[in-house]
Amino acid sequence: MAKSVKKWFLPLALVLVVALTFVGCGGTTTTPTATPTSTSTATPTTTLSGSFKIIGSNTITPLSSIWAENFMNANNKVNIAVSGPGSGAGIAALIDGTTDVCQASRAIKQSEIDQALAKGVNPYEIRVATDALSVVVNPANPVNELTFAQLSAIYTNRITNWNEVGGNDAEIVVFSRDSNSGTFAYFLEDVIQMPGLPTEDKTLQYGGDVRMLPSTQEGITQVAGNVNAIFYSGLGYINNTVKTIAVRKTADDTAVLPSVATALNGTYPISRPLFFYTNGAPAGVIKTFIDYCLSTEGQEEVLGAGFVPLP
Amino acid sequence: MTTAAFNSRRITQRAAFTFLILAAVVTVMPVLFIIVYTIVKGGGALSWGFLSEFPSLAGKAGGILPAIVGTFYLMLGTLVFALPIGVLTGIYLTEYARDNWLTRVINLAIVNLAGVPSIVFGLFGLSVFVLAFHFGLSLLAASLTLACQALAMVITTSREALLAVPRELREGSLAIGVSKWQTVRHIVLPQSLPGIITGAVLAISRAAGETAPILVVGAAFLLPALPQSPLDQFMALPYHLYTVSAHVPNMPEETIWGVALVLLIVVLSFDVLAAAIRIKTRQRK
Amino acid sequence: MLQQNTAPTAARVPGRGLKRRLRLGERVIEGWIFLAGMLAIVVLLGIIFILLKEGLPIFAHTNPWDFLFGTRWYPLAEPPVFGITPFFVSTLWVTLISTAVAVPVGVACAAYLSEVAPPKVSETVKPVIEILAGIPSVMMGFIGLALLSPFVQSLFNLPSGLCGLTAAIMLSLMSLPIIVSVSEDALHAVPKEFKEASYALGATKWETIWHVCIPSALSGIAAAIMLGVGRAIGETMTVLMVAGNALAVPASPTDPMTTMTAAIANSIGNAVRGGVQYQAIFAIGLVLFILTLAVNIIAERVLERQKRKFAR
Repeated sequence: MAKSVKKWFLPLALVLVVALTFVGCGGTTTTPTATPTSTSTATPTTTLSGSFKIIGSNTITPLSSIWAENFMNANNKVNIAVSGPGSGAGIAALIDGTTDVCQASRAIKQSEIDQALAKGVNPYEIRVATDALSVVVNPANPVNELTFAQLSAIYTNRITNWNEVGGNDAEIVVFSRDSNSGTFAYFLEDVIQMPGLPTEDKTLQYGGDVRMLPSTQEGITQVAGNVNAIFYSGLGYINNTVKTIAVRKTADDTAVLPSVATALNGTYPISRPLFFYTNGAPAGVIKTFIDYCLSTEGQEEVLGAGFVPLP
Repeated sequence: MTTAAFNSRRITQRAAFTFLILAAVVTVMPVLFIIVYTIVKGGGALSWGFLSEFPSLAGKAGGILPAIVGTFYLMLGTLVFALPIGVLTGIYLTEYARDNWLTRVINLAIVNLAGVPSIVFGLFGLSVFVLAFHFGLSLLAASLTLACQALAMVITTSREALLAVPRELREGSLAIGVSKWQTVRHIVLPQSLPGIITGAVLAISRAAGETAPILVVGAAFLLPALPQSPLDQFMALPYHLYTVSAHVPNMPEETIWGVALVLLIVVLSFDVLAAAIRIKTRQRK
Repeated sequence: MLQQNTAPTAARVPGRGLKRRLRLGERVIEGWIFLAGMLAIVVLLGIIFILLKEGLPIFAHTNPWDFLFGTRWYPLAEPPVFGITPFFVSTLWVTLISTAVAVPVGVACAAYLSEVAPPKVSETVKPVIEILAGIPSVMMGFIGLALLSPFVQSLFNLPSGLCGLTAAIMLSLMSLPIIVSVSEDALHAVPKEFKEASYALGATKWETIWHVCIPSALSGIAAAIMLGVGRAIGETMTVLMVAGNALAVPASPTDPMTTMTAAIANSIGNAVRGGVQYQAIFAIGLVLFILTLAVNIIAERVLERQKRKFAR
């Protein structure tokens, strides 16, 4: 048996190497044919077909997966592939031409737009939903509300004990998302740096003792298990193992708890837009898909996935 | 030698052996514990539907068939690329290489390859196989990337296995006029096969569990169909596990552990297969 | 190459044509083997090339001194600040502790399996250890999160169990199999004559293991350790999940810390491709690589000396 095993290894390897070189020369990157084509022998119908990719933010992945699933169930000649390596990776894929749709939980930066234009790619922005960021603590924590200034001080490690904000005498265990997440950047620029307030300070950065987690789910679990933890997360992850904090911008505002309603009417101060980006205005199958996402039925799924639908 | 002196040496031996046994226990216990824990937490999610259906509702319902198939394809692809090259390199280093600077450089290269972080392999795979070679986000690019990662381990363990073959066997064969390659092929290789297989299995098992590299070179969270060719995108168990545990809100815990359990079973079955091959080949000796 | 015997007493050997063809066939195969041997270098050079191409440009933005010894990492600041000392120190902590735990346990386990254990036990235990190697890093991360970190938290009275120590313990579990497996092969390969000679001199089994087997298997064991250390330095997912990922320079193993691999993984998903943060991330990869290279060069020197002492 040993001999026969050895016998076919070498020739197989050689064959593969040769085959590979041919495949490599001829292979193309993706299969983005997004124009509606008719089925082969039947008379032309309006049946949609085509396949495309959605790559980008892992925050939006649960939502876009459901959209893709529903759309494919309604149009079974369409193939959609969804992946979530990160907003930056998704935008890079759009620029490289390895994806058709990019999902991003942050806006595209100017430097990325420049790169895209240089490669002949025209980023087209479509807002598809909103994410309300909630600040959460353990249910046993007596603190119920915080101002932006207090949040900023906690996340820059200038306030380190809960008793400085009206809680117990205990060290604050500060959790955050990692910098892969668009949430990380959003929280920094819109809460920690306190834009628009008299205490605005654009030089502030996360403190050195803030624990960065690669997943929102892990943050929720940590907060649920640690009386002194604090974390921020999208609405969709909130469950009854954690308690949301009412947030107000300054001491003069009313503290507002996060919810779909308060995010929609604008009283909750921490919410951010979620985007799809395409190369140029979407056309064909992709356009039909995005129209579905923005339609009433599509936006119902937004609620189910834990985000805030478009107003 | 006085009895007292001998007894004290005996006691030292007892103590040392206890430590050795303890070390073995410490090494083995976590495995059993992890397996049992995973079965307990994830067993409830296993059903025929779970294994044979496609996922739906962002993975909260349905099954994980495409992830299972994708992982198998990946393991196969990695094996196909890493094993022949790894073994050939091992043969080169033990049988043909002279003790000069080139060999030292090769050895250094191998050990350094072992230390490259998996995420860097992912970036390498992206720049080279996905972009430069135009394989795109595909099974092929991912297999090649994982094979590069597995290469160091396969080479090292092959080399150790080849070195373990007694010198006399080689010398005897050469002495009766058999050429070097024939010696390697018919005498040395069969002798070292169990060790080579062990190394290959360790490397493939590891490849099956990698998340970071495949993240960047082609793994998808949702695919409507199984990959039809090596140039298609694919789903894979470790990436699926990572995504459902980290990025889908309110995923039932049992489902997450169910995916973990399936991954474990896949990996385990490869290990059992290799162990069986190894025992069979050893018996033949 | 071996000289063929063409003495007149030998039967007429196959004609020169066949011999030349055989030698040619052999040459071709040897050519392929040589190419395969070079492949490891080619892949490694490819990785170095990518790291340099994408990472070097950062030094136009931040000078190398600030990069290597700076203690603050703020990619989103205006202007961005890139200092990797926190990551470097974290990697050192985690690698040192995991190696310090895994090497004694691993070599001891290998010695047990190869010398002391009855063959039945050895045959059963080895596959179990191989299973440990196959457990994916994501799963080790879960286990670390779910089980080890609360334990560490209560044991050391920490605000949170997500710290370097937890990561180091999980890492040592992950490098154990390779250390055990390769060490065991090396110990197994020690010639029987060495051991028999030792017993003949009246040594006990343990004394033989300690003074004869382990020293003569040392080059194999060292190779095993290097593979294990390599695994520890390069592990990404598990560390990402349990080490805490804080940006400050860790003062003790029970602090939350971000290793170099975690720093790369933490930012690569969002960095603008080709931008300053992207370059900085690749530069971390470069530093990581040079660190591994340095460790391996030292190890190679030690191995050379060891080889000369116990020439096999």
